[in-house]
Amino acid sequence: MYNAGKILIGLIIFFGLATFPFFYNMGKAIAKPEPKVDTPEIMKLAKQDRKCVESKEFMRAEHMQLLNEWRDSVVRSNTRVYVNAEGKKFDMSLQNTCMRCHSNKKKFCDECHNYMAVKPYCWDCHIAPKEKES
Amino acid sequence: MSINRRQFLKIAGISTMLGIGSTAIVSGLRKGDLEASQFEVSPGALTAKRWGFVVDMSKFKSGEDIKRVIDSCHSIHNVPDYGNPKDEIKWIWKDDYEHVFPNQENEYATAELKEKPFMVFCNHCAQPACVRVCPTKATFKRQDGIVMMDMHRCIGCRFCMAACPFGARSFNFRDPRGTDENGRPFIKKENPEFPTRTKGVVEKCTGCYERLAKGLKPACVEASNGGIVFGDLEDPHSEVRKLIAKHYTIRRKPELGTQPSIYYIIGGNENA
Amino acid sequence: MLEKALNGSPRYWGWVFLLLAVIGVGFISYLRQFSYGLGITGLSRDVTWGFYIAQFTYLVGVAASAVMLVIPYYLHNYKKFGRIVILGEFLAISAVMMCILFIFVDLGQPMRVMNVMLYPTPNSVMFWDMIVLMGYLTLNLLIGWTTLGAERKEAPPPAWVKPLIYLSIPWAASIHTVTAFLYAGLPGRHLWLTAIMAARFLSSAFAAGPALLILLALIVRKTSRFDPGKEAIQSLAKIVAYAMTINVFFFLLEVFTAFYSNIPDHMYPIKYLFVGLEGHTNLVPWMRTAAVLAFVGLALLIYPNTRKNENILPLALIAVFISTWIDKGMGLVVGGFVPNPFERVVEYTPTAPELLISLGVYAIGFLILTVLYKVAIAVKEETEGVEIPH
Repeated sequence: MYNAGKILIGLIIFFGLATFPFFYNMGKAIAKPEPKVDTPEIMKLAKQDRKCVESKEFMRAEHMQLLNEWRDSVVRSNTRVYVNAEGKKFDMSLQNTCMRCHSNKKKFCDECHNYMAVKPYCWDCHIAPKEKES
Repeated sequence: MSINRRQFLKIAGISTMLGIGSTAIVSGLRKGDLEASQFEVSPGALTAKRWGFVVDMSKFKSGEDIKRVIDSCHSIHNVPDYGNPKDEIKWIWKDDYEHVFPNQENEYATAELKEKPFMVFCNHCAQPACVRVCPTKATFKRQDGIVMMDMHRCIGCRFCMAACPFGARSFNFRDPRGTDENGRPFIKKENPEFPTRTKGVVEKCTGCYERLAKGLKPACVEASNGGIVFGDLEDPHSEVRKLIAKHYTIRRKPELGTQPSIYYIIGGNENA
Repeated sequence: MLEKALNGSPRYWGWVFLLLAVIGVGFISYLRQFSYGLGITGLSRDVTWGFYIAQFTYLVGVAASAVMLVIPYYLHNYKKFGRIVILGEFLAISAVMMCILFIFVDLGQPMRVMNVMLYPTPNSVMFWDMIVLMGYLTLNLLIGWTTLGAERKEAPPPAWVKPLIYLSIPWAASIHTVTAFLYAGLPGRHLWLTAIMAARFLSSAFAAGPALLILLALIVRKTSRFDPGKEAIQSLAKIVAYAMTINVFFFLLEVFTAFYSNIPDHMYPIKYLFVGLEGHTNLVPWMRTAAVLAFVGLALLIYPNTRKNENILPLALIAVFISTWIDKGMGLVVGGFVPNPFERVVEYTPTAPELLISLGVYAIGFLILTVLYKVAIAVKEETEGVEIPH
């Protein structure tokens, strides 16, 4: 092999850089996020009304697609009413529908998003509910 | 079996392409999770074939009336106030006759007419130049004639601002959520029911689309005591059409063919 | 072939590192703009496009220089351009790269730039501009790299390049035409609303591009063993002279129409540029300089004795280059926004960060150009004296 020394040094540096994030975070336990749905607004509701626009499983997996479609529907098609699987109707609005119940953005949105290292730009424009600093 | 480097690269390349292609197809198929039939128009929403405005400045008795109308819009839409004309954002404002209608140049007109204030905001043109030039359809025309902004999609190229012959559009040169040197927020009091904008997008009057959906007329119309009248221009029995029939009205720069939807009553004092 | 760019004199490396340093400063300034917003520039609600878009517009013109070599060489078999046609193609590549970067730094939401492809909008001229620029970049990369590679092997270029070369000729015209249409189709911007806008773009491009190309060829001759050829340079200089004459003529046509018709809207922007409007005269010294340089450059280029004098020729070309740069790189874009739709005059002055970012983009362009020219010249030096059929 030509330039064996140089190649080996290069490989070692590359290996070091590529695996740096794994070594850097080794042994650090990051708490699993547990989004809370016990806001005062939700607790006020009667037991049988404590339901999101769709099932918990659907929302957990698909809320981003749902929000994207809501956005296009409201802004671009001027259709603002959402009819869910059970036939119940909702005003499609992040600020005025979603966050009215989920008034705990820090616990409900941010914790998971931080854990997954995603930065949705919703809050650059949409106003989050006022929360007490905790 | 032995392959040379060239063959290996070809196989690697093709399999990568196939991999990317098939994931695109799979994710494309999944798109139909939510069906369009799940979305409905709000009950009680105001509808029209072509929304339009008639502005009658004789109903504005003082500067207070003008300010009230401007505030009614800017406060509910979280329009920031930077305190300088360079970064300025405005959805509705006033200017004088001479500058609102520069093509009506008349050297013997009285100073009173030349300096007479007129309310200006987006004309919601029937043939909008801004919509024609937008490279992402971020600004588009709704079926009811409102020229709408999708702030989620705007890339901030400002082609629409070059195209609009009415100066109706503003650009977020900086973050509207920020504060000035003294820590005073640019948006004095946020309306929690409406979003702000983010830096780098274009904004303008959206015809209060969020109020129309609730069956309410635009905020400026409500605050103007009849100075700004709102209605369907395509409906011959609408209030706007009756006013246009009764009074002499002009529009801003009609010669450019954009078909503005704001009609101004001139000399409203005498005719009203 | 790219490895040839890694082998150079200390002077070459000094130049490369200087460019890298300028790029670094530009990049830091861009990060500031990215976090603060475009408010960091001199742009305002009334003048919404400025230095960035003007540089983009000018550089689209520079990118055309290639076609002024390609047409004589490939269509008319003018052999003298055979040696430098590659310089034109590589200049086009770096110019188009700068164009794309200038559009990018001008965007308010650069992270969303892919929306242009995600939501293709054929009624927007900007959509077409993206397509023609990308196409022109691809064409020149393919053509330049393939023909140079063939030359290195002392073989004729492969047959499939020929149709691409022919395609690149109308394509070069299209990048100007479409860029001119960005401006010429807007109602209410009187300086831009003119049917000869695309023609003016082409004429000024065919003056500015080849002028820069000759200057670069002269630098190449000084710094390497490669000689582009005296006759090729003289032929190009004649092209510059004709194109610049047409460019000035077209501008005078605009002046006639505006002032003989006496329509105020058409006169205001031209007045603003050359005598000032309502006391606002920011651009007047610049535009007058451009006018003087245009005529000086023209005189020196048209008179054969000065054009043939290789000490005077560069001065004439610099005059043309600066004159067209001021006209398109400053006057044209800003003049379109003055007066504003309310017939009020709001002026524009670029800020320091804006200029540093622009300088950084230029440095990136020149770095690409340096590397490409280095490769081309190394190949040329290797094969010096070998006659290649084409």
